[in-house]
Amino acid sequence: MKTMNVSLVGVGGQGILLTSDILAKTATLAGLDVKKSEIHGMAQRGGSVISQVRFGEKVCSPIIPDGASDLLVSFERLEALRWRHLLASDGRVLINDMSLTPVTVSSGLQPAVTDLGARLAAEYPQAKFIDAMAIAKTVGNTRTMNMVVAGALSTLTPFETATWEQAMRERIPAKLIDLNLRAFETGRSAMA
Amino acid sequence: MSHKVLLSANEAVAWAACKAGCTVAAAYPGTPSTEILENVAKFKDSINCEWAVNEKVAMEIAIGASIAGARALTAMKHVGLNVAMDPLMTYTYVGANGGLVIVTADDPGMHSSQNEQDNRNLVKFARAPLFEPSDSQETFDMVQAAFEVSERFQVPAFVRLTTRTSHTSTVVDAGDDFGPGKVEKKPYVKDIRRNIPVPMFARPQRLKAQERTAALRAFACESPFNRIESGDKRLGIITSGVTYQYVKEVFPEFSVLKLGFTNPLPSELVKKFAAGVDRVLVIEECDPFIEEQVRALGVSVVEHATELNMLEMNPGRLTALRQELLGDVEPPVVRRADAGLPTRPPVLCAGCGHRGVFYVLAKLGATVTGDIGCYTLGAFPPLNAMDTTICMGACIGNAFGMEKAGHKGRLCAVLGDSTFFHSGMTGILDVLYNGGKVTTVVLDNRITGMTGHQDNPGSGKTLCGSPAPVTDIAEVAKAMGYKRVERVSAYDLAALERVLKEALDADEPSVVIAGGPCRIAAKLVNAGTYEVDAAKCKACGACFKLGCPAIERGEASVDGKRFKSRIDPVQCSGCDMCRQVCKFDAIKKIR
Repeated sequence: MKTMNVSLVGVGGQGILLTSDILAKTATLAGLDVKKSEIHGMAQRGGSVISQVRFGEKVCSPIIPDGASDLLVSFERLEALRWRHLLASDGRVLINDMSLTPVTVSSGLQPAVTDLGARLAAEYPQAKFIDAMAIAKTVGNTRTMNMVVAGALSTLTPFETATWEQAMRERIPAKLIDLNLRAFETGRSAMA
Repeated sequence: MSHKVLLSANEAVAWAACKAGCTVAAAYPGTPSTEILENVAKFKDSINCEWAVNEKVAMEIAIGASIAGARALTAMKHVGLNVAMDPLMTYTYVGANGGLVIVTADDPGMHSSQNEQDNRNLVKFARAPLFEPSDSQETFDMVQAAFEVSERFQVPAFVRLTTRTSHTSTVVDAGDDFGPGKVEKKPYVKDIRRNIPVPMFARPQRLKAQERTAALRAFACESPFNRIESGDKRLGIITSGVTYQYVKEVFPEFSVLKLGFTNPLPSELVKKFAAGVDRVLVIEECDPFIEEQVRALGVSVVEHATELNMLEMNPGRLTALRQELLGDVEPPVVRRADAGLPTRPPVLCAGCGHRGVFYVLAKLGATVTGDIGCYTLGAFPPLNAMDTTICMGACIGNAFGMEKAGHKGRLCAVLGDSTFFHSGMTGILDVLYNGGKVTTVVLDNRITGMTGHQDNPGSGKTLCGSPAPVTDIAEVAKAMGYKRVERVSAYDLAALERVLKEALDADEPSVVIAGGPCRIAAKLVNAGTYEVDAAKCKACGACFKLGCPAIERGEASVDGKRFKSRIDPVQCSGCDMCRQVCKFDAIKKIR
């Protein structure tokens, strides 16, 4: 297969790194070459976070060149806009329909984006939106929001559900796995 | 049989150390190297490992283990090696007994650092061999090879990771026999001619180091980690580290000299490669470390105008280079959508105990010399409460130097507990001894916060989770002879203001310990929730000055210039500081 490039973006604390871990593990279990690259450190403190996963027969660069992401998954609406330059011209977009106000805006240092919805619609006519937080609440735990996104994301990748499930079992503690699998399944169904 | 696992290069270092029979490891946390020791600790049954108080002590422990004949590992971020240079520079003369591997994790692009130093220069300076892996598999293989080289040539061996390799996971075949390697310890023989480099013994060691470098250079030419990948010979590219991966992506058809063992540079191999291609191009991340040496060999290297020797390398930069040199690629059309988007910088967490100290120091108009940690974020608006940050522990000497230079006004040094143990203790001793009046504030949250909550001598636990004595910073200062030592809660703003004002205005040096556990490490992020009573809020803006991410702009005042505040119940962790700064009793605890 041609190498597939996935960029996952959002805000520190949203569970992006776990999601990209599971995507990378799923691709590994499927027998592909995989590179998953992320930046830690200062980004943990509520800043913008990015993780990139590439998989295929043979993957060289861990960094996805600008304009080459086949899939942009944003856990937050504003961040989806911020990382526009990563997306390939024919790339697909999945956006978690959630807004987190940056402290620069809440404290009045910088103006808010008042037409975010319109700008997202203009930039990404192809985007699929999912309200992962609302779905996570129906599942029974808001902390499974990232696995709802993972479930939605899984429909845009070439892997079997069983492979995803195996990756999740290897990465998530046993006492939390059923809850997370339910969140994943619900996120997956929401894309149908 | 193979055993394929997805590992970051940091994890791969730990797995390789285990397989190579390493039995002692020590490090101080520092992004991007921190996860190395955290993962070594997963092999604690075969590796005695610890968080050292700083990189120098970590290096000294690893050297001691090597002298005793064991295989030992230390790992640090690039600037950590500056701290550890003193023991290193002599041990490369003394020479390793048991294999000693040092991992330096550089940070091109300064994702999480104050500078971009390329530590390959320091490795060359120390006359040590150097491996530069391009992914996790090579890291796994090279760390094992580094132990072998260290013992064979009796020299500490370096492995240089970068943020990109450290934090990229790639597939590693660890072999179906993976497990703790059994390596016989080298015998320890008392030998003062070797282990005590007084001048008369050091001079012959100096000559030996020279001979060793020549032998290593010849070895590098034969190393399987240095290989020629033949391709189109019109261009020959010399590259190392993760940059190799970008070269394979952007210049896939050309001949490549892939260097994994880069110091000493394999001169003969470079000449052979150069002789077989029309033009030689060197592509490396950070300094022209290889390029300058290749030029010194008399090899002519392609000149170009594309800047490559600073900030992080990426495929886009190489595409620009290819466009300049070959003119056969078009950079992708990249459309940015970020015009006018608000930024999302890192901030002190909601409820962080550092916030109150900076709020008070700003109010007192103090000049604040700062240090390395989460609390460096106190420098930014709206707190604006830090003037300088140089390196670990520097705040105290910096403040004392400003005092000596006649700096007017209140002066305060601020650092965290882990940084205090790392290199603040010598600073406060110097102030006391030399009659300074510096006030040193220790933000004591009982954890090493910025790097992801590692234990330290104040936390009561070791790297492996065993209980440890808890060092009391106030008692340390008192034992040195400090008369003015105050403990105050980081969450009591009135007490903080009183104590800090007295200490800053006193005619004697002082140490103030502002105590309060890290909200994340102590699991206090849901400790309570506060609410703003909109009817009582006068939109005075006092609570906004705390810069808490949980406090948001609410309803605008009639003139539209001021705003009432609102507290996000999800982010609020119940620290109480906003209630304390509200003069109108508009903020109350609801949970």
